[in-house]
Amino acid sequence: MIIIHHIGAYFLMLQKVFRRFVKWSVLKELIIKDIDALIIGSIGIVAFISFFVGGVVAIQTALNLTNPFLPQYLIGFATRQSVILEFAPTFISIIMAGKVGSFITSSLGTMRVTEQIEALKVMGINTYNYLIFPKIVAMFFYPFVIVVSMFLGIIGGYFASIYGGFCNSADFIQGIQLDFIPFHIGYAFLKTIIFSFILATVPSYHGYFLKGGALEVGKASTTSFVWTSVLIIIANYLITQLLLT
Amino acid sequence: MIVVENLYKSFDGVNVLNDISTTFEKGKTNLIIGQSGSGKTILLKSILGLFNIDKGNIYFGNQSIQNISNKKRSVLRQEMGMVFQGSALFDSMTVEENIMFPMRMLTKKSFEEMQSRSNEVIKRVNLINANKKLPSEISGGMQKRVAIARAIVMNPKYLFCDEPNSGLDPNTSTIIDNLIQEITQEFQITTVINTHDMNSVMEIGEKIIFLQNGKKEWEGNNKEVFKTENEAVGGFIYSSNLFKKVREVYLRDNA
Repeated sequence: MIIIHHIGAYFLMLQKVFRRFVKWSVLKELIIKDIDALIIGSIGIVAFISFFVGGVVAIQTALNLTNPFLPQYLIGFATRQSVILEFAPTFISIIMAGKVGSFITSSLGTMRVTEQIEALKVMGINTYNYLIFPKIVAMFFYPFVIVVSMFLGIIGGYFASIYGGFCNSADFIQGIQLDFIPFHIGYAFLKTIIFSFILATVPSYHGYFLKGGALEVGKASTTSFVWTSVLIIIANYLITQLLLT
Repeated sequence: MIVVENLYKSFDGVNVLNDISTTFEKGKTNLIIGQSGSGKTILLKSILGLFNIDKGNIYFGNQSIQNISNKKRSVLRQEMGMVFQGSALFDSMTVEENIMFPMRMLTKKSFEEMQSRSNEVIKRVNLINANKKLPSEISGGMQKRVAIARAIVMNPKYLFCDEPNSGLDPNTSTIIDNLIQEITQEFQITTVINTHDMNSVMEIGEKIIFLQNGKKEWEGNNKEVFKTENEAVGGFIYSSNLFKKVREVYLRDNA
């Protein structure tokens, strides 16, 4: 039954986020700060992971193409499909649940523990709007991170294939152009936008409603990561079922 | 003036506050005292509206906060200032930004006007050379001064302090107590202080209510507290030998 309580509290929180807006000049500044912390601050790790995982995908595909009748350009094709459809939107979102989600939960949780949220309430400020709305807006720039991930994932695959001696440049480029369906990009971005909302709001819920002290901040960060990942995986399945079948 | 009438509050079926009635007077430092877990903080936060009460009424002036619109409640909140136990300063903001924060959020003042008002209150609480420092770069006593400055920057009618001198050395505690009392009298604010610091009780307790197990056990002031026959109050305040001696000397001198 406790899960129903949490689901209810989560949706009530969302309702309050979009009520009684604080001043736009203040929100604007907070949104820019959150874009810097949540989006710009994540590009480095996303770029690093995407480049190398793209390379691994290409190598594993190449090693599984044991039949000599299979064309080498399938390495490029498989890398593109894996990176665009699944790796960049979903795998990176799980990583972001750890990085961005923990950051959001621990920062809001610390504000709760040190009574900063109460201080805002006493001033008559809608704390939901002030603290959570800028994070939701900032996370709408998350598809930009996914574009970087898609690009570097394919580049990583390209370098691994060429310098690993698995295929030549022309084959790989032919593979990434083969049977390209633009809707797949739309599908990937739709997923990303839904994941970005989950990434902003679920960790915010766990941080905002935290009870206890410093130890609970750590526990809440872990719980937030688990629930954000679970919801991303479930949403991923539902979106894929709806859009690709 | 704040009037509390027959206030009840419970959590998960456990009564935390039982039938509390009292009046907190304007221009006076009103103290809520009691042991840990007696309901002091819950009472303070209930008055502030951070907790919904189960039964009873709370009046700010003639206005009951139970029956007012959200808009009026927001206006009323702007007339309140609060000093939290741990100061609750915003870590990422400088001292000056912390103090200007309520004005930035709730008024249309220009930056220069906000800075000028901020400098006034900084001067009033004797904060020196701290404007551009972060809360983590200043001492606990200075953090309390910043919290007081932030609480009074909007010229509040009501000031609430939750254990304002916890974690401070005796000298700084006295300075903070005196500062709160001076500000209360100077600006004719209704100040409610939640404390279990006996120095505060004796120094600035112009009105004291003593809570025990969520009930109001005793009400009086820092003169009457020496003469009270109430065992619960006596047991709490005069639990240390030092304060027993203080009481003996006071009673002997005022016999």
